[in-house]
Amino acid sequence: MTSPTPLHFHVPEPASRPGGKPDFSGVSIPKAGSVRRPPVDVPPEEIRDLAYSIIRVLNHEGRAIGPWVPDLAQDELVAGLRHMMTLRTFDARMQMAQRQGKTSFYMQHTGEEAVSCAFRIALGPDDMNFPTYRQAGLLIAHDYPLVDMMCQIYSNEHDPLKGRQLPVMYSSKKHGFFSISGNLATQFVQAVGWAMASAIKRDNRIAAAWIGDGSTAESDFHAALVFASTYKAPVVLNVVNNQWAISTFQGIARGGSGTFAARGLGIPALRVDGNDYLATYAVAKWAIERARLNLGPTLIEYVTYRAGAHSTSDDPSAYRPKHESEEWPLGDPVIRLKQHLIAAGAWSEERHKQTEAEVHATVIAAQKEAEAFGTLHSGGKPSARDIFEDVYAELPPHLRRQRQQIGV
Amino acid sequence: MPRMTMIEAIRSALDVSMARNDDVVVYGEDVGFFGGVFRCTQGLQQKYGVSRCFDAPISESGIVGTAIGMAAYGLRPCIEIQFADYMYPAYDQIVSEAARLRYRSAGDFTCPLVIRMPTGGGIFGGQTHSQSPEALFTHVSGLKTVVPSNPYDAKGLLIAAIEDPDPVIFLEPKRLYNGPFDGHHDRPVTAWARHELSEVPEGHYTTPLGKAVTRRAGEAVTILAYGTMVHVALAAVEETGVDAEVIDLRTLLPLDLETIVASVAKTGRCIVLHEATLTSGFGAELTALVQEHCFYHLEAPVMRVTGWDTPYPHAQEWDYFPGPARLGQALRDIVETR
Repeated sequence: MTSPTPLHFHVPEPASRPGGKPDFSGVSIPKAGSVRRPPVDVPPEEIRDLAYSIIRVLNHEGRAIGPWVPDLAQDELVAGLRHMMTLRTFDARMQMAQRQGKTSFYMQHTGEEAVSCAFRIALGPDDMNFPTYRQAGLLIAHDYPLVDMMCQIYSNEHDPLKGRQLPVMYSSKKHGFFSISGNLATQFVQAVGWAMASAIKRDNRIAAAWIGDGSTAESDFHAALVFASTYKAPVVLNVVNNQWAISTFQGIARGGSGTFAARGLGIPALRVDGNDYLATYAVAKWAIERARLNLGPTLIEYVTYRAGAHSTSDDPSAYRPKHESEEWPLGDPVIRLKQHLIAAGAWSEERHKQTEAEVHATVIAAQKEAEAFGTLHSGGKPSARDIFEDVYAELPPHLRRQRQQIGV
Repeated sequence: MPRMTMIEAIRSALDVSMARNDDVVVYGEDVGFFGGVFRCTQGLQQKYGVSRCFDAPISESGIVGTAIGMAAYGLRPCIEIQFADYMYPAYDQIVSEAARLRYRSAGDFTCPLVIRMPTGGGIFGGQTHSQSPEALFTHVSGLKTVVPSNPYDAKGLLIAAIEDPDPVIFLEPKRLYNGPFDGHHDRPVTAWARHELSEVPEGHYTTPLGKAVTRRAGEAVTILAYGTMVHVALAAVEETGVDAEVIDLRTLLPLDLETIVASVAKTGRCIVLHEATLTSGFGAELTALVQEHCFYHLEAPVMRVTGWDTPYPHAQEWDYFPGPARLGQALRDIVETR
């Protein structure tokens, strides 16, 4: 026997890095309208190919084509466009507020607005989301007050979470928005548990789990899939693949599975153009219907792109080509829906500009109102007394002693 | 009144809780059809159906993670981790999620959840079936930690834990499941049947969380113990003839500091006893509290008698276990200190 070649350690690398040319040749994108739409009770093994394709509705001209064209009226689409524009403007204002020192931290959605905004419209009012930090569209598209979101970001005296949470870690049971942890993947499995409870109680409500491409590497993702598939839990398992986990490209978490949708333990899996509002809505609706009909979980991979930084604490030019976001082949969700509405004769450049101005005015008015309640370092603050509340339902003796020490 | 082992008392607590409240669900590895490896859930699936008592995949983070979602939904899950030693994959869910949900959502979402785990050694379980990780839970704000020492308390405390609005870690000393073990491993096993605290009412009652109980009144020294160590303490006191007061803490957090302080103020001496490793163990907290609150009453340094700072060995189990001989020596030493 000849002596073997020494082993080689493999570390995946993205197609290009800073200084290089953006390269998305590895992202294979089928034509809009080309992927079939199976019935919701399809046996999972018959749609394995859908985990490797991308469901798309909007074509290059902005026309909606194919079997996945959703049943959405034009005014609903206009409302959807407005939600995305509101989220984008909200992001811009809060990003700036962070730079001005009004809060410690912020995380933008730029490029990913369609995913959470469209999903919320497909979901029922009493269903429950277990979101990550980049799904504020679930709140905005459900009419959660912008002022309350901002007060949370500012940790001011009107903060619904009493200053306890990092900015953007919202919580609102009433709006079907579970408290965000900040630890990754932990909530993916909790959503499955919530859905199991709904089935145990013979309820009609379903749960939606959310996770990013990077955190699918966590063991909780695997646990969630095992529990969801074992108990056929009424849950939609959403993986938002925005290509980048801070500085780490999606290939590090994906391993050899080809796509994230393909990692589903036999759970029906769909892969969708996450920058296509119509396709995202249609796929979400399909999965939600499946869950509601007691047919069990669906795994959805939203193929999108994080156009901005991960958070206010990183600079993407340090880990990816400068103009990569402009080269992203699935375009921008706001521009694509706008183009579609114009092509359908329901919108115009003029109306868009006017809406932009209205949205801007609304967000700025909300910001003014929120700042009147204080920002992180000035104005009204939550009380130091609040530190000790809600650790338990009732204040135990040792916390009472500590509260006395702090003198409140 | 019927007599029960600790296993039967725990099963009775689950049964009573499930009968009273449809929202109580019970699951874990081997918990459903088989009734648990220690048989604490035996018969519950047959009685309440598979949707309220069922088998779970071997995934502790999945078991705890789904239970948190269920609790947030409004159920009252009482789940089993087969051995406390298997808890570590679920630790993130316990610490970062269950413990903080009420706090971080300002009371919008809550987590009324009980996590039962067999703990402690004495069954030749080696390092993976013998650990006592209570300090890993008492260190976490938002959790309550309970350790019963007998069937009567086990049932009352477990029902109280299930009815509690916050997450409770319920540690069951597995060496006590079938009898009041006092550390004399070389003597015949004693059954619960002859112990007064094996008289357990069949119906509903609660033993309040956060309340210690004095098992033996004494004047010379206070022994702070919980779980198996309560029985070790009583044996050592009898064998040495030292007039010690033995306090069974029952709940480690919230802690009944009042009972501890009243006792040490009276005796002026204190030994802290636990099976877990010494360094940063719960005994360190007890020692610090006694020092803070009873300093001017103390006539001797507070002593700790605990497991060694090593993994729990297999063959040398009884060299590790802080039995009556080790405690007896400490008792003789501390009463002689002037």
